[in-house]
Amino acid sequence: MSKKRIIKVDALARVEGEGALYLRVKDNKIKDLKFRIYEPPRFFEALLQGRIYSDAPDITARICGICPMAYIMGASHAMEDSLGVQVTGALRDLRRLAYCGEWIESHVLHVFLLHAPDFLGYQDSIQLSKDHPEVVKKALNLKKIGNKIIEVIGGRAIHPVNLAVGGFHGAPKKKEVKGLAEGLKWGIETSRELALLVGSFTFPDYTYDYTSVSMRHADEYAITEGNIISSRGLDIPISEFENHFDEEHVAHSNALHGVMGDGSKPYLTGPIARYNNNFNQLSPLAKETAKAAGLEKTVNNPFKSIVVRMVETLYAFEEALRLVEAYETLEAAHIEITPKAGRGTGCTEAPRGICYHRYELDEEGRIETARIMPPTSQNQKQIERDLWGVVEGHLHLPDEDLKWVCEQAIRNYDPCISCATHFLKLTVDRD
Amino acid sequence: MTNKRPLILCVGNRLRRDDGFGPVVADELRSLEISDMDIEESWGEGTKLMQAWEGRSHVIIVDAAHSGTAEPGVFHYFNATETEIPRDFFRYTTHRFGVAEAVELARNLKALPPQVEIYAVEGEDFGNGEGLTLRVEQAVEGILKRLLPNYKPD
Repeated sequence: MSKKRIIKVDALARVEGEGALYLRVKDNKIKDLKFRIYEPPRFFEALLQGRIYSDAPDITARICGICPMAYIMGASHAMEDSLGVQVTGALRDLRRLAYCGEWIESHVLHVFLLHAPDFLGYQDSIQLSKDHPEVVKKALNLKKIGNKIIEVIGGRAIHPVNLAVGGFHGAPKKKEVKGLAEGLKWGIETSRELALLVGSFTFPDYTYDYTSVSMRHADEYAITEGNIISSRGLDIPISEFENHFDEEHVAHSNALHGVMGDGSKPYLTGPIARYNNNFNQLSPLAKETAKAAGLEKTVNNPFKSIVVRMVETLYAFEEALRLVEAYETLEAAHIEITPKAGRGTGCTEAPRGICYHRYELDEEGRIETARIMPPTSQNQKQIERDLWGVVEGHLHLPDEDLKWVCEQAIRNYDPCISCATHFLKLTVDRD
Repeated sequence: MTNKRPLILCVGNRLRRDDGFGPVVADELRSLEISDMDIEESWGEGTKLMQAWEGRSHVIIVDAAHSGTAEPGVFHYFNATETEIPRDFFRYTTHRFGVAEAVELARNLKALPPQVEIYAVEGEDFGNGEGLTLRVEQAVEGILKRLLPNYKPD
């Protein structure tokens, strides 16, 4: 008699947005597996058509409350590319500082309030906080410092309002920027301590030979600028992104799936991809902490993404402190811009991975076409591929335990479904 | 130092129909120019709520609920200082870390203000779109009467 199992997670918890997983198994073999995003599409690209170029950062920031900086900065870079403007020097440094704030607040929220409970056998962070209140308090303080950076530079933590095409609407006050330093010093020490803590977790046994895709900058661990590279030798300017990467529609998801341009191969973007491609550009302390937390120079177990996030958090604190200490009041908050027709592309490293923007402008600087490829869309196919492998390796588990490890595998990606709709019910069906 | 002025935290999303109840109440309270309490609007992300009530002695949270056990427009009241807040009760925000989680996490961390009250109106429609359904809109006046003993409608 054949044995059938169906596992369903109808509404995935501890992820951003609304998604589901359906799994059907017959005679101990996977027959169907679908990672489904059912949050409605939001049509941001259509909404942008006809708007003036300077509206794009503020409109696209509304795509996400967790990583607005990725949209503000990606849209700004694309507009500047189209309009022939380059933001350099102190303005560029201030943008990188603001982005460090976003990495800190987003990574820490995910690691301790959403993902760590999976590794420690807790249903959620509330149970975690009963047994480990000091850890949760420290994590909340780290996140608060990340938010504070964004507030000081961006005017507010959620959907900041002070960033613009060409720079900033106003120069942040020197006293307020310098006031961040003490918290950042505490953050370096504490994020190292918590990186070592998550490095001591037990990780499910699963590896994959990933095609890691990230940005790479000649002089620094890429966050806001660089070329697009892959671990298989690709190295292209951002303007060529669409020649090498594409999106495909699948019937079971409202989010497009990212694929390599030569067919249906998935690829990985996000913390592990960045770490694998750019490990040598991390700070000495971040490299030493990665090693002490048990990471090799290349990570192939996606469950170790939680450790990589904390290594990147430590690095972001170090970078933020360096930039704060170097900050002097800006002579001019932005570069003057004259609208003109053109086409521009921009890409930055959102906490979840590369976030690509492309716009075409008319002679008045109004948007004719827009294309945005958020990181969760790009990772979706790889998430399904990981789930397939994780399920194959854990079919001996009872349904509830199998469901647990599947959700944990999805959270490896800190998926931002709201961004991608353009996430999880799990159904396991065992025949 | 403790801030003794009551803080009214109005939670919700104006673009998800009845989830906009909190923000609509915030609009009404602001228009009344009340001088003896602070009013803040929030989209409901838990850690931001915890930051908002840091150092406060009295917090009143206004939100929408989907308990499924009451008629739309009916109020649920919790004295969060004394009662554990049920999950799967409020209209959830992204990352599923919202009002109930923030209150319970703060309780475990001994970071809950001494007095926390929650008024939640039972919603009818949490779909995409602006505007409250009729019975939830009618409940706005009800909450104002509860929050402001001297409130007199126009």
